[in-house]
Amino acid sequence: MNSTPAVDIKGITKRFGDVVAVDNIDLEIADGEFFAMLGPSGCGKTTTLRMIAGLDFPTTGSLKIFGEEVGTLPPNKRPVNTVFQNYALFPHLNVIDNVAFGLRMQGVAKAGARKQAVEMIELVHLGGLENRKASQMSGGQQQRVALARALVNHPKVLLLDEPLGALDLKLRQEMQGELKRLQKELGISFVFVTHDQEEALTMSDRIAVMDEGKLLQVAKPEEIYERPANRFVADFIGQTNLLDGTVEDASTVCLANGARVRAKSSFPVGEKVAVSLRPERAQIAQRDDAVDGGSAVDGVVESVTYLGNARVYGIKLDWMDLEVREENRPGATLHEPGSQVTIAWDSEAVSVVAG
Amino acid sequence: MTVVEALLSQEPDEREATPEFEAAAARQESRRGFLMALPAYAYLVLFFAVPLIIVIVYSFATRNRFGGTDLSGWNLDSYAKLGEPIVRDILFRSVWLALLTTIICLVIAYPFAYFLSTRSPAIRNVMLVFVMIPFWTNFLVRNYAWRVILGNDGPFTRTTEALGLGEQELLFSQTAVVLGLVYGYLPFMILPLYAAVERIDHGLLEASRDLYASGYQSFRRVLLPLSMPGVIAGSILVFVPSLGAYVTPEILGGAKTTLLGSYIVTQFLTARNWPFGASLSFVLMAIMLVTTIIYFRKGGRTL
Repeated sequence: MNSTPAVDIKGITKRFGDVVAVDNIDLEIADGEFFAMLGPSGCGKTTTLRMIAGLDFPTTGSLKIFGEEVGTLPPNKRPVNTVFQNYALFPHLNVIDNVAFGLRMQGVAKAGARKQAVEMIELVHLGGLENRKASQMSGGQQQRVALARALVNHPKVLLLDEPLGALDLKLRQEMQGELKRLQKELGISFVFVTHDQEEALTMSDRIAVMDEGKLLQVAKPEEIYERPANRFVADFIGQTNLLDGTVEDASTVCLANGARVRAKSSFPVGEKVAVSLRPERAQIAQRDDAVDGGSAVDGVVESVTYLGNARVYGIKLDWMDLEVREENRPGATLHEPGSQVTIAWDSEAVSVVAG
Repeated sequence: MTVVEALLSQEPDEREATPEFEAAAARQESRRGFLMALPAYAYLVLFFAVPLIIVIVYSFATRNRFGGTDLSGWNLDSYAKLGEPIVRDILFRSVWLALLTTIICLVIAYPFAYFLSTRSPAIRNVMLVFVMIPFWTNFLVRNYAWRVILGNDGPFTRTTEALGLGEQELLFSQTAVVLGLVYGYLPFMILPLYAAVERIDHGLLEASRDLYASGYQSFRRVLLPLSMPGVIAGSILVFVPSLGAYVTPEILGGAKTTLLGSYIVTQFLTARNWPFGASLSFVLMAIMLVTTIIYFRKGGRTL
């Protein structure tokens, strides 16, 4: 792996008129990394990607690709290629000419470009469809053409802008595996923009979570999920229950209803925080049964949602609602709506984020 | 398949209609379609097809020595006359000037249409109104205005004098005619081009730039091919009326630059040779038709 970062962003800000789309972010993406940029729409993730591609120029800041400053270089002068959200396949060209386009523009002779294009079309499993037009293909096939069209140029970094957004679930999962395989095979960095947290978690080596133009956390999927940097990240990645409270000491948080729960944090005493309790991390038991775990709150079952592999209980506490998920194992106790229950968890199961 | 058939065929098992009903519905549908198109059909037959046939018939007739037309003794004399040098010159000159007008319009209109398509909707509308404002003044008046601008001691001459280029005069030249034609027909080029360019997904241009196309290559390989329908429509809308133009060459062109339109009028009114005028008109129409067909064929292939 190259020690020079594939993409090195320092203090990049992008303004559109009065709107700050990207607000002073620093980001390093390593060579050979599968990197996801995750956030709700309008968070600045696509603008960041477009700046790497050269389709938008930063207002201020430095942007390097393999050590070379590219801030205001036009897209055709950058060693990166993009798979666009709606694929942006050229409707007047067939598959082979779409894929060969980049090579032709770089001055590769027609025969050579077509030969490489055919190989790439086979790599994405579209052999035999070379002469189709984009409009004659399914969404999944168009997606593969877009991928082949970018990869045939051997970019140093491949940028993907919500490439799976338009596909149905089955195809999406198939393409997720496919992208991962291609990335491993080619050994180049993939920078992947998505608003789907599950997709980001399953595919990426590292994830950057963005909101309102700011970078909130950059970390491995496990870390993002287990130790979210703040309330927004905890809430955006996966499901969670956020229990408001105040730090009492390094290992205790006093919840809004006065209950004390064990939770390690490094916040100063008296700081307003939230305890993030993942639905699958809590245990649910009848009120008078013994529970193990460091902390417990009492509540009433309000709803039960059957998911097949699990049940999600909606629990009403005195001061808020919780969600608890229980795997559908043989022998799991079913709690009817209205039952008095105790929700318990281990102190290791929660994380504390700024309130 | 008509709409009714399409709807019925969706659920063949549950539909209550019998095949007879289906056929009746289809008949009714086509009858209704015909009725709606009837006014247009009638208008075209009466004012286009019938006069056209009269023109063709006259082109085979004979001019008698009193300047009338004998509808007997059918012959091809007036078509043979098309080969005469003077007629051939006029024909070539007309085609050449119409072609020149079309190309100049295309070169001016394309960047403007692209510029327009990248503006905000509010600005687009204002600018489209500007494009159409000239139509609010009579065509004849506007041509006479050009006569004043280009004429003796007009603004144009005075400008060339002030610039030390001497007393240049453009009026009554081919240049003046082309200038007038470009001015008159430019909006017919801009509007279809704008409509075509505006429809193109801007993301495709970005994709081409991302795939190493320079600005020019992006235009040549993506924008231009995708806007071909607009280029074709605009070119036909400019070329066809330019080829048969009468008013502009009459007002801005001199005696030396007689074009087909004026020549045909002369045959009917001054020379009183109706068969020859008719054959010229027919040939003019044939050129337009062939050009249009070739253009559409070519366009159809590139798309």
